[in-house]
Amino acid sequence: MSEVRLTVAKTYKLYLGGAFPRSESGRSYPVTDQAGAFLANAAQASRKDARDAVVAARKAFGGWSGATAYNRGQVLYRVAELLEGRRDQFIAEVSASEGLKPAVAKSTVDAAIDRWVWYAGWTDKIATVFGAANPVAGPYFSFSVPEPTGVVAVFAPQSSSLLGLVSVLAPVIASGNTCVVVAGEDRPLPAITLSEVLATSDVPGGVVNILTGRTAELAPWLASHADVNALDLGGVAAANRVELEKAAAGTVKRVLRVPVEEPDWTQAPGTGRLRALLETKTVWHPMGA
Amino acid sequence: MTSWEYAPAPESREIARLRPSYRMFVGGEFVEGTGEPLKTVNPATEEVLAEVSTASASDVDKAVATARKAQEKVWGRMPGAERAKYIFRIARMIAERGRELAVLESLDNGKPIRESRDVDIPTASAHFFYHAGWADKLDYAGYGPDPQPLGVAGQVIPWNFPLLMASWKIAPALACGNTVVLKPAETTPLTALVLAEIIQQADLPPGVVNILPGAGDVGSTLVNHPGVDKVAFTGSTEVGKSIQSSLAGTGKKLTLELGGKAANIVFDDAPLDQAVEGIVNGIFFNQGHVCCAGSRLLVSESIADELLATLHQRVSTLRVGDPLDKNTDVGAINSGMQLAKIRELVAAGDAEGAERWTSPCPLPERGFFFAPTVFANVSQSMRIAREEIFGPVLSVLTFRTPDEAVAKANNTPYGLSAGIWTEKGSRILWMADRMRAGVVWANTFNRFDPTAPFGGYQESGFGREGGRTGLEAYLNV
Repeated sequence: MSEVRLTVAKTYKLYLGGAFPRSESGRSYPVTDQAGAFLANAAQASRKDARDAVVAARKAFGGWSGATAYNRGQVLYRVAELLEGRRDQFIAEVSASEGLKPAVAKSTVDAAIDRWVWYAGWTDKIATVFGAANPVAGPYFSFSVPEPTGVVAVFAPQSSSLLGLVSVLAPVIASGNTCVVVAGEDRPLPAITLSEVLATSDVPGGVVNILTGRTAELAPWLASHADVNALDLGGVAAANRVELEKAAAGTVKRVLRVPVEEPDWTQAPGTGRLRALLETKTVWHPMGA
Repeated sequence: MTSWEYAPAPESREIARLRPSYRMFVGGEFVEGTGEPLKTVNPATEEVLAEVSTASASDVDKAVATARKAQEKVWGRMPGAERAKYIFRIARMIAERGRELAVLESLDNGKPIRESRDVDIPTASAHFFYHAGWADKLDYAGYGPDPQPLGVAGQVIPWNFPLLMASWKIAPALACGNTVVLKPAETTPLTALVLAEIIQQADLPPGVVNILPGAGDVGSTLVNHPGVDKVAFTGSTEVGKSIQSSLAGTGKKLTLELGGKAANIVFDDAPLDQAVEGIVNGIFFNQGHVCCAGSRLLVSESIADELLATLHQRVSTLRVGDPLDKNTDVGAINSGMQLAKIRELVAAGDAEGAERWTSPCPLPERGFFFAPTVFANVSQSMRIAREEIFGPVLSVLTFRTPDEAVAKANNTPYGLSAGIWTEKGSRILWMADRMRAGVVWANTFNRFDPTAPFGGYQESGFGREGGRTGLEAYLNV
């Protein structure tokens, strides 16, 4: 019996409709750490994978947006719980992906966990804070409620592989949107491990779909896809954003106003990302005996 | 039954104080534009009402520069409480000149005086009054402490509610500390220029509001001007898409209020007479020139025959004609171009096999008029069920179950409004929840108020106008 045990390496796959398939294209690409050492092969998603992911996200939208805000809050909190339980694994992966010192990797993962808690608490406040009873000048009851925009294509930050990803993903699903996330191209592994957490946290399949691969290859298909309602181009190179924004105009997609440079994700998030993916619905009814 | 004839009850066009020529408004002064002047036409008579100067690209430059200076030196720095008082003044003066504005609006646009008098002008004044109060309360609007304006707003508005749309755009922009360059629609520039007069009389600092008449090219120059920080557009989805595309990569904040193809859904337990009034209001209000018009009637199959018969009878009584006559229900189509578009789509409805019914009402011999029209047996694939007609034409479809009604109502790339008619409260809320539309009217239709956010889902645009929510479009938050 050998003294040294060989570890079992993980195959990193896509997260699509609640399942973990390889790319239908059969492609993969090597992912390295910051020193250039091989970490794993990641699936290189194709146009078809992106479209399948949109189908899965659309299919999940009715159930997730129709779930009670309390339920969504519990599910998001459950994500934080499970992330906490796998804290060491994430510290190791973030450290390897981003080349962070252990202390920084720890605080980064802790911040990512806490960010889920922050958004878990938001789910049942959104309508209170952003909705309204409208004092219209007439015998009508009028109220306005925020609703999720729909299917969101998220290009995750290229640098911050976990905290950045969570900071852009959690506000999308907190309000009931579903999404297709393209993970940071060179640092995709924490995203796939996060998908394992999502899959076991009662996040319904299809609510979050995570693709790994070439951002520039996948972006045009998602930006022009008629069943995508909004885009977060944060992880796309600034030079490529103009064409994608033009494509988005073809179906009047909401395009988030995101800075050119990746922001400091440790800062308090505010409500901007939540608000950007809400639609306000105003309902009127006459009053009378 | 005795038939009572209506005697004509026209408003006098003298009240409009119509002048032979109008000039654009820049830097607090009325100045001659260097663009080719346009002639605005009374759509009810096809007579030229006035000549209006238009802006060239260099005029746009000047207006944006003036607005920038006014924003940075005066308006952006002014305490909110002072801004508020200016905006309150404008609200009051619109109300004071309400009758004049109503007649002028009906002359230039073709809408019935009853509507310009009772809806357009009072609501325009109300928008200024409502937003005036926000100017010194922005800290409490929920966007964090001391929210900042965006800068210069370039605004382009349509011809269907000329003064009201100008108010929807200008009032929140000013309340939030922005300055404005606004382009009214080519066919309806007059009331916006009287608003400029009011703004001048209210002593608003020069350059805070600038109004540049012109055609689409002026609008395009304005929204693409590098000195503009914020673009607001109301109009067709087609033009909205081209604006969104042309602004790609500029970082300008954009809000779009675009077209619609709203479903007005009538269940079998709806009070029929009330529903018929709502259907009529939904599609024939403002000649159907309403982005949120209830242009697709979805009616429960079991009551379709009865409802259609009642509807035909009711629509037959609508009086189409002189917009200045207080008895007129349906006025003139705004332009020959729009009339041609309506005719084309109606011809498509005929060609695709829908059953057309046209009101037997008499039409004036001159002017752009179109008799109220109802298509039955419309299927979802027909152009008249999919494309925005923007005219007095209703397409009737049927459904059997609430789920089918939801599916059909949402089966459109648009998402601006929807109507629900039923006596059952739980069904209203269930339906309202499922409509992918920005405004849902239950047992009513076409209600607007400055406190109630208005705007679309999907290809009906993004951003809201009105309410606390509407402020976000004009704040850097």
